[in-house]
Amino acid sequence: MSNILETDGEQLLQAVLGLLAKKGIASPLDIQAQIASTDNATPGQGARMVAKAWTDPDYRALMLEDGTKAAEALDIPMRGMPPLGVMENTSDTHNLIVCTLCSCYPRAVLGYPPFWYKSAGYRARAVRDPRGLLAEWKTVIAPEVKIRVVDSTADYRWMVLPMRPAGTEGWSEAQLAAIVREGDMVGVTVPSV
Amino acid sequence: MILTPGTAIRVKDDWPEAKGPVHIRTPHYLRGRPGRIVRHLGDFPNPEDLAFARPAAKRPLYHVAFSKDVLFDGQGTTDELLVEIFGHWLEAA
Repeated sequence: MSNILETDGEQLLQAVLGLLAKKGIASPLDIQAQIASTDNATPGQGARMVAKAWTDPDYRALMLEDGTKAAEALDIPMRGMPPLGVMENTSDTHNLIVCTLCSCYPRAVLGYPPFWYKSAGYRARAVRDPRGLLAEWKTVIAPEVKIRVVDSTADYRWMVLPMRPAGTEGWSEAQLAAIVREGDMVGVTVPSV
Repeated sequence: MILTPGTAIRVKDDWPEAKGPVHIRTPHYLRGRPGRIVRHLGDFPNPEDLAFARPAAKRPLYHVAFSKDVLFDGQGTTDELLVEIFGHWLEAA
């Protein structure tokens, strides 16, 4: 038996793909489709959900009840993805998402996690000193507003539904989606115009 | 039995990683700490078995709230942490 560490990578990949197909775990087409949906996922997907929630109360209710269904309602592929939960920012509560154990991230709706989300510094400080961390993002949360740090430890993935900023009255969904950034849906920043 | 929202609990002060290889989704900073059930998120295969390709029974997963004041140096803040914890890590407070 040859040494796996010295085997040509492409040959090894083909062997694993062959075994996955032979054992009925995943066909080459399944794998291609999963790679495509992972690569196509961007924060723009989550931003569309946020913009729709800001303009459609029924959609907002669905999003808070079942994030996966709300994503699927906008044709965002969720097959094989962990369930999506949505935490709503209000005038009383600001949510901040972190994964202290690794880098769990709502990839289906936000794409690949940014480098800082995976850093040991962010992961440690988000739970111990969230206000100090937010201050470095120039995000000031009033002292009377509760910060709720959501540590994504298990089977769900979490995103934040930020508050719609003033000055966006009468805007279209597309205009609204354009101002929603990745950080707004993690809770390190808030949308502004 | 499914714990109802508002139930006071304590995370077990258990350290199985001291005894051998494990895969645990309960952060260190919560072991032995008091919290409150927010809601039952559903039942999911136990990751502690799943990670080792052992048959993994479904276990209840809860969203549990913890006071930041209680977990860290108390400064009278109302800030809180909300964490997914499996039922077998929770005991009566």
